[in-house]
Amino acid sequence: MNLIAKPSKDNIKTYVPIGLFLVSLSFLDVFINAFFNFNLMGFLPSQLSYFLPLILGFIGFYLIRIEFSGVRPLDVLNKNINSNNFNALLTLFTIFIIIKSIPPMLDWFILEANFVGNSKDDCTGDGACWVFIKVWFNRFMYGLYPDAEQWRINTAFLILFSVVGVSFFVSEKLKKYFILFLVFVFPFLGIKLISGGSFGLEYVESAAWGGLSLTFIISAFAILFCFPIGVILALGRRSSLPAIKYISIGFIELWRGVPLITVLFMSAVMFPMFLPDGTFIDKLIRVLIAITLFEAAYMAEVVRGGLQALPKGQYEAAKSLGMGYWRMNALIILPQALKLVIPGIANTLLALVKDTPLIFVVGLMELAGMIGLAKTNPKWLGMAMEGYVFAGLVFWVICYAMSRYSQNLEKKLSTER
Amino acid sequence: MILKKFNIENKKARDLIPQAITVLALLSVIIYFATNAQINMGNRGISFGFGFLNQEASFDITFSMIEYDGSHSYGRAFLVGLLNTILVSAIGIFFATIMGVIVGISRLSDNYLIAKVAEWYVEIFRNIPLILQIFFWYFAALRALPLPENGISFYDISFLTIKGWYVPKFIWTNFNIFLLSVIAAFIAIYFINSYATKQREQFGKQIPTTIISLTTLILIPLITFLFLGVSLTFEYPVLKQLSPTVFTYAGGVSIIPELIALALALSMYTATFIAENVRAGILGVGKGQKEAAASIGLNKNQILKLVVMPQALRIIIPPTTNQYLNLTKNSSLAAAIAYPDIVLVFAGTALMQTGRAIEIISITMLTYLTLSISISIFMNWYNKKMAIKEK
Repeated sequence: MNLIAKPSKDNIKTYVPIGLFLVSLSFLDVFINAFFNFNLMGFLPSQLSYFLPLILGFIGFYLIRIEFSGVRPLDVLNKNINSNNFNALLTLFTIFIIIKSIPPMLDWFILEANFVGNSKDDCTGDGACWVFIKVWFNRFMYGLYPDAEQWRINTAFLILFSVVGVSFFVSEKLKKYFILFLVFVFPFLGIKLISGGSFGLEYVESAAWGGLSLTFIISAFAILFCFPIGVILALGRRSSLPAIKYISIGFIELWRGVPLITVLFMSAVMFPMFLPDGTFIDKLIRVLIAITLFEAAYMAEVVRGGLQALPKGQYEAAKSLGMGYWRMNALIILPQALKLVIPGIANTLLALVKDTPLIFVVGLMELAGMIGLAKTNPKWLGMAMEGYVFAGLVFWVICYAMSRYSQNLEKKLSTER
Repeated sequence: MILKKFNIENKKARDLIPQAITVLALLSVIIYFATNAQINMGNRGISFGFGFLNQEASFDITFSMIEYDGSHSYGRAFLVGLLNTILVSAIGIFFATIMGVIVGISRLSDNYLIAKVAEWYVEIFRNIPLILQIFFWYFAALRALPLPENGISFYDISFLTIKGWYVPKFIWTNFNIFLLSVIAAFIAIYFINSYATKQREQFGKQIPTTIISLTTLILIPLITFLFLGVSLTFEYPVLKQLSPTVFTYAGGVSIIPELIALALALSMYTATFIAENVRAGILGVGKGQKEAAASIGLNKNQILKLVVMPQALRIIIPPTTNQYLNLTKNSSLAAAIAYPDIVLVFAGTALMQTGRAIEIISITMLTYLTLSISISIFMNWYNKKMAIKEK
């Protein structure tokens, strides 16, 4: 009788139950250890009990590794997580680490966390103090914008979202007007609404703007302006006119070669020197110009990639129809080129959104900046973890949604060629 | 004839007009800015020039790789900042590459769990702004470390505390000889490799170059230890009491928390992008290549080493250098947590003290620009060298 026969179809009836039992035992041990702080194998010598789950799991996985067993779930399991010894070990380590890390995370985020109260003293548990976020939520969203006027920001974003929402359901012809409204009318209407100063609205200076709404405002305007500038720069770089070509190349490479933070420094301290004495351009506008030009250079390179990827025949066909340079680009070349580089465009826009927190260098505070301010408040010291986890979550949701949307768009617009 | 000439001239004229307008517009903007700058500087009583670089800086820098204190010049302070930028970039690039390759390969693993974990790692860390990650590590994670008196000890030679990571200091004698021996070993390896390549291409002989190279690399420096008087001792950090409640470590090298946070965030963030490049590169090698290699009898390791990797690297390297460049530029975020890099030291402190905005910002931007352009020139050369030579 061969006790240690290689697992095969012949001994499937004995090996699989034993193997599954050992694997579940090892997981159970780690699970109980992690969640209830009780060592199931505590009666064994400490070294052995420490490694026992690993050994048990490893033997168990070895026993159930039966090729072509004919049992479908078993085959799927083996193929995906248990194809050889090394893979089995990796699987065990991954599962152990996941099981081990769940309880402390769960404790910190929910079980031991504090949700009720109005001050730091209400945070008695060991977990996160979400009271901090609750109390400061208004500031995180609107910055130092006066409480009584916040309806204006809300209204602006409400109009934006409802127009975008409605435009999904109207006919193609109407959609064009919606888009025109969003691109050419709404930005200026919205900014007027938020900044005020006329129509009986109280003036709110841009230094008071902040929080997540500022992130959105800066991102939206930078996206709006950097796109056309980027396209023009890309066309300029591919132009046959040497002066335009080299100026475009120089401009693009200049911005791409320096970090955004130095560009923002430049807009803050160096740019005012270039203006006539006494002229003052609002900080927010300077920052917007800096971010727009910076991202436009990246956008230009992305668009250039699309232009280069188009077959020459497209240009020749357009020219043979008698189209001029601008008509050819607007009607034939750009629609195809832009479609080719949707992932690149999305990545640039994502980078833009992720870059907005950098405006702290000029003293503007969006979400991350407001958290920096709140955590240094004497009444709320030691809340950095909660603040940055919250900000990280918010940004992650925005960026992840954007990248998902671009992937969908890419699929929807892709045409077989 | 006349008609043809007329047409050509017409086209020339047509091309000239937009170019002339662009150049003129650019020139007028530059002249406008320059005159304004001149007037402004005149009003404030400063004149354009780089003489200030020799003046005494009279500010301290918390972390410096070369000798520096307040009595040194602004030029020296610039150098300290530049070296700190290069240091954190080099550390970041090193770890980002290792992590990126591991995660990239894991994403293609046939183990479902490993592939999923790697995928989520990429999705999470790529979609959170880098600056937030730096803040998180610096203000939240590293601040949770213990005080020096009960620092986390690694076998009593290295201590991790809230004030930084204390590691043993290397004290070399005859370091130059050791360095020369390492260089000699690399030269020897180069010759061994070229000899092996020749043997392989001419006679089809396989020489185990990896093992020979490794032994050379260990043997030659070892000889210097045994016979040429090179030695290495360590100075361990020791806990010292400054006052009844304040402790610190004396001796050893202290790695400041700013550097740790920055290097951690930079490498974890950039690793996600490198991982995607690695994945795309390996996927980009056609299946037929692997099958062809298998059909002529190469084993799994040989397929990876001789067929897949050389082709994948050609796809991986260009975007990855781009990521290295991005990492270097992103290291400027150091200014947010007061790690003394070039932006904080030079464009921050030095600018505040001297008020020379135009000179200092230009120098800082030019430094980064030089770095970027030299790397991209090198990359273009490398790409040309690596490109498939069609016969």
